[in-house]
Amino acid sequence: MTSVANPRQSPRFVCRSYMAVALAPEPPLVDWIADIEQKIRDTGSFLVGPPVVLDLSSVKLSKSAIAHLVAQLEQRGVRVMGVENVDPSQMDTALPPLLRSTKRESADVSVPAPKARETQREKQQQVRETRSAPATLLLDKPVRSGQSIYFPDGDVTVLGSVGSGAELVAGGSIHVYGTLRGRAMAGSNGNARARIFCTKIEAELLAIDGHYLTADLMDMALRDRPVQAWLEGSALKISALD
Amino acid sequence: MAKVVVVTSGKGGVGKTTSTAALGAALAQHGQNVVVVDFDVGLRNLDLVMGAERRVVYDLINVTQGIAKLPQALIRDKRLERLALLPASQTRDKDALTEEGVSRVINSLKQMFDWVICDSPAGIERGATLAMRFADTAIIVTNPEVSSVRDSDRIIGILDAKTVKAERGERVDKHLLISRYDPARAARGEMLSIEDVLEILSTPLLGIIPESEEVLRASNLGSPVTFNNPSSAPARAYLDAARRLMGEEVEMTIPTEKQGFLGKLFGRRAA
Repeated sequence: MTSVANPRQSPRFVCRSYMAVALAPEPPLVDWIADIEQKIRDTGSFLVGPPVVLDLSSVKLSKSAIAHLVAQLEQRGVRVMGVENVDPSQMDTALPPLLRSTKRESADVSVPAPKARETQREKQQQVRETRSAPATLLLDKPVRSGQSIYFPDGDVTVLGSVGSGAELVAGGSIHVYGTLRGRAMAGSNGNARARIFCTKIEAELLAIDGHYLTADLMDMALRDRPVQAWLEGSALKISALD
Repeated sequence: MAKVVVVTSGKGGVGKTTSTAALGAALAQHGQNVVVVDFDVGLRNLDLVMGAERRVVYDLINVTQGIAKLPQALIRDKRLERLALLPASQTRDKDALTEEGVSRVINSLKQMFDWVICDSPAGIERGATLAMRFADTAIIVTNPEVSSVRDSDRIIGILDAKTVKAERGERVDKHLLISRYDPARAARGEMLSIEDVLEILSTPLLGIIPESEEVLRASNLGSPVTFNNPSSAPARAYLDAARRLMGEEVEMTIPTEKQGFLGKLFGRRAA
């Protein structure tokens, strides 16, 4: 997110989902690496080249052990693009980024410290959920033009309108009890079952799991009515709720 | 306790400066001690609209930098002693403003006046954010046009995020002032209706200023419209808005010009 002082249009963030091979190392690691080496020899290039994610749920590794494991795999031509199921405190910027799978509960992720910088306050009204809270972000004020709400962990509910030029991005569904005039992007991290609901639609753009529809392509008969939007295959469907 | 009011809009040309001058004058006419502060450093206009352009010696930047003392920079209005102007600098730009300097000036002004009215520059950059930074109350000037309304929505979001009050978890009082309202065009659906604007911005209404030549005439004469022709439609709208700002209950009307028979005839033909 850029600062508000920047007169240029802020860059658009698009969430996409990709297929990747997930490898779950098991102790003892030395044997596991030997197995992998054997597999690479047997299957040829199956693991060499394509992006691989390391699922560290069955092992407990320190920062240096993770780095060592990643290096061992890279030596064998396995490119680790991300790591999942690991305590964020064991991560640093030298390691592949921490990924969070959409199927899993994201509740065991610790809360990052809030950013105090004033330039980020307006835009970054995103709220990271604490351990016990459900993955829902409730906003009880209108979302104004230029504000961007980014909540990858679950649903976003707005009590009020979403202004023209405002943007909601949710990992789950989006519910707007008011007029939706801005952009709403649900299921942003690959959740095709996410939906968008609003009590009055004048949206500029709707998107679910990357499939989008601009205002131009929406059925004019639905304008100003309560609707829901969902995904059918790769087609975004909108129907009235009244 | 003095109130700090910012007159802002995001979009340019909607009537911030005109409204600052007219509301400042109207508050003074209602017996209040008022200072209007021009934050449009580099593109100052408030001095012209107030008719004080030939008396500017020192300006806001001089005071924030300690080059001049506040009483030296303040220009008392010739028509009404209770009204004063702190002009902006025309030779500098917005980077010359510092938060610390603005804070100091606003605090001194609060000791001297009942109302400190800050005329914000257009945009959402440094000048605009510093003009609103210390505000207790914001007046958002909007024309009933979609572009203006969207920019106002943006400004309201910034008021809720970047003012000192918002950062302390308090709320800046927000009021909507709809200017350049033309009932005939609104009736023909050529501009947004008042209801549409209020629905989109969900902010309470301070007043509706009708589109009028009186406003332009007053600006060119360097006299706020409430001084220049207090019985004109826009002047009455501003005088009412000022009373609402002071906390009075005033029924919301859209003042119209009283027209004679011929005026009505020509008015209709022109429209």
